Amino acid sequence: MNPVITKRRIIFWAAAALFFALLPFVFTQSFALSMLSQMGIAIIFALSYNMLLGQTGLLSFGHAVYFGLGAFFCAHALNFVGAGKFWFPVTFMPLVGGLAGMFFGLVLGFVTTRRAGTPFAMISLGIAEMVAASALMFTGFFGGEGGIATDRTVGGTVMGISYGPQIQVYYLITGWCLVCIIGMFAITQTPLGRMANAVRDNPERAKFVGYNPTRVRWLMMTLAGFFAGVGGGLAAINYEIVTAETLGVMASGNVVLMAFIGGIGHFWGPIIGAVLVTLLQSALSNYTKAWLLYFGLFFLVIIMFSPGGIANLITLHKPVRQAGRLKRLLPSYSLSGGAGLVMLLGFFALIEMIYHFEAKEAANKAFSFFGITLDPTQATFWIGTLVVLAAGIAMFYATTRVVKRAWDDITAELQMKGMV
Amino acid sequence: MEFFLVTLLNSLSYGLLLFMLSSGLTLIFSMMGVLNFAHASFYMLGAYFAYQTGLYFGFWPALFLSPLLVGALGALTERYGLRTVHKFGHVAELLFTFGLAYVIEEIVHLIWGRAPVDYRIPAEFDFTLFTLFTTQYPAYRGFMMLVSVGMLAALYLGLTRTRIGLVIQASLTHPDMVEALGHNVPRVFMLVFAGGAALAGLAGVIGGNAFITEPGMAVAVGSIVFVVVVFGGMGSLTGAFIASLIIGTLQTFSVALDYSMLDLLEKIGVSILPDSSWHGLWSITISQTAPVMPYLLMVLMLIVRPRGLMGTRES
Repeated sequence: MNPVITKRRIIFWAAAALFFALLPFVFTQSFALSMLSQMGIAIIFALSYNMLLGQTGLLSFGHAVYFGLGAFFCAHALNFVGAGKFWFPVTFMPLVGGLAGMFFGLVLGFVTTRRAGTPFAMISLGIAEMVAASALMFTGFFGGEGGIATDRTVGGTVMGISYGPQIQVYYLITGWCLVCIIGMFAITQTPLGRMANAVRDNPERAKFVGYNPTRVRWLMMTLAGFFAGVGGGLAAINYEIVTAETLGVMASGNVVLMAFIGGIGHFWGPIIGAVLVTLLQSALSNYTKAWLLYFGLFFLVIIMFSPGGIANLITLHKPVRQAGRLKRLLPSYSLSGGAGLVMLLGFFALIEMIYHFEAKEAANKAFSFFGITLDPTQATFWIGTLVVLAAGIAMFYATTRVVKRAWDDITAELQMKGMV
Repeated sequence: MEFFLVTLLNSLSYGLLLFMLSSGLTLIFSMMGVLNFAHASFYMLGAYFAYQTGLYFGFWPALFLSPLLVGALGALTERYGLRTVHKFGHVAELLFTFGLAYVIEEIVHLIWGRAPVDYRIPAEFDFTLFTLFTTQYPAYRGFMMLVSVGMLAALYLGLTRTRIGLVIQASLTHPDMVEALGHNVPRVFMLVFAGGAALAGLAGVIGGNAFITEPGMAVAVGSIVFVVVVFGGMGSLTGAFIASLIIGTLQTFSVALDYSMLDLLEKIGVSILPDSSWHGLWSITISQTAPVMPYLLMVLMLIVRPRGLMGTRES
């Protein structure tokens, strides 16, 4: 058995902690700080989701229920502290969210984990829709359409920390994110985590070894609910408002996308997915109205050509790196990258032209695309865009053959060395 | 009495529309084992294509053209999309259709915008079919029911009396044997997927102008269709029929009933003051709980009997 606490891991996580602690000094705008906070929350959420999907094989379409319920409970707890009804430090408030998420994971999980596979996916979807619909019914707890507003500074100022400025919230989120990552990773190394993998791969064999698959799934659901609730609590502190959308079907779908794009086969995959998706959602929506289309197409491309996600694409290169043959791939990758860039630019330009053409209110429909002015009312621009797109597609297809040849050479070499 | 009969007729037409949608979905599921999340998107596309072709050709050509277009799109999706993902397993197929639903909705935003489009009931149907007590029953609802029943009959006859229908039925349970006998089973799969999509498109054509045609219609109807398919049993057309009628009736009645537990308690003499903390809970009316009911039914069915009412496979 490989030891869990190795010097390499400690150094890596210390370096990661230092990196995140120093990050706000590199990106100083407030928009960057709020996006980094969002990423931290998304990382916890996506990792807790992967506990279900990647580790236990439970495809859930309703994970935001635990996130949202944790957020609501945390918001109410903050309001209680604000009203003076009881005292609890704001720093540990996400624990309230986590306990709420854990409780609902326990209760709802008992009912849902009796089945696995597609029935489980459908039950989770049904429960997500049910909870989302009830959120608009029980306005006392859920606040109806307006949601529940809260104030993160109710704890007063302790040792100079009041959680008023965004940077203090950022450090709170980073701290909790680190704790949760270490916690979730630790769970994967426990017998429960290993049995969850066994239940994912072969439930019948797990039964023969002596573990009840339903019990294992139920436990993993409870723990995943805990971490999702912690994420929800942090969201309540960060945004100071929780609405029915926080536990809605959109949020559940979002975390599925995050986990899958990042890669469900590796522990750290969803971290990449969460960062990328948050970046795309926040930053991209400022530049184009078609960001959700690009996002959906990106997801489709990942599913069709690399269902292991980005993490899989990275680990594909691990034996190549170990053999020191990464440089062999470099020329074909740069060719393919260049052709792909041309193709993507043509495609984006086409979509943007269509969007701007359909815009009914603009008098002058010309817009700026990476510095070039495109006018959708004139045919020359359409022809030019289509030519660029067609040329890009042709070039990209030609270069895939070059990449394939490079990989074939390397694979033959690695097979001879016994590394693949 | 009038309310009951009118609501019953409305629930019948809504239930039959749900059946048109869920029959395609359950056929696709029983054949390929993939639950098509994009099915409701095909419904939406059917409505939008009917609107667009109706602008050029009128309603009646659109009634035939639009399902054909959606069916062609379904065939393309199966051939180039699902077949690529098939080798990665059921989860990947499910997620592919999930992503496809997102993309189709965004493409609709791109082409037709985010506002509802003016897809109307054609002028030929703008009369009252009959008057029940004081309510006038619109002719278009009758037409909707006619098309649904006609399509159901055609589907039944097609599956049981034609040669290709028998091949489809055989491929549902024994695809390998059918392939060994010399039939092109991947082409049959593509045909079934296209057929299911065309059915959804047809439902969109006739439902799009009775209900509103907007980009959010896929999400609104999609979840209910899943409830119907799961409740009726994945893989069973009869189950889908019964379930769509049950769910249609449940939804139509519960939306119209405005009674709450408070009224019941008052009938037996117990009254709760408005400022008590439980008042909010007891005053919830049946119409307010209407959105939750189908999902509650689905969850209960999945716990008690995951096969559904008359299902043949569990997953």
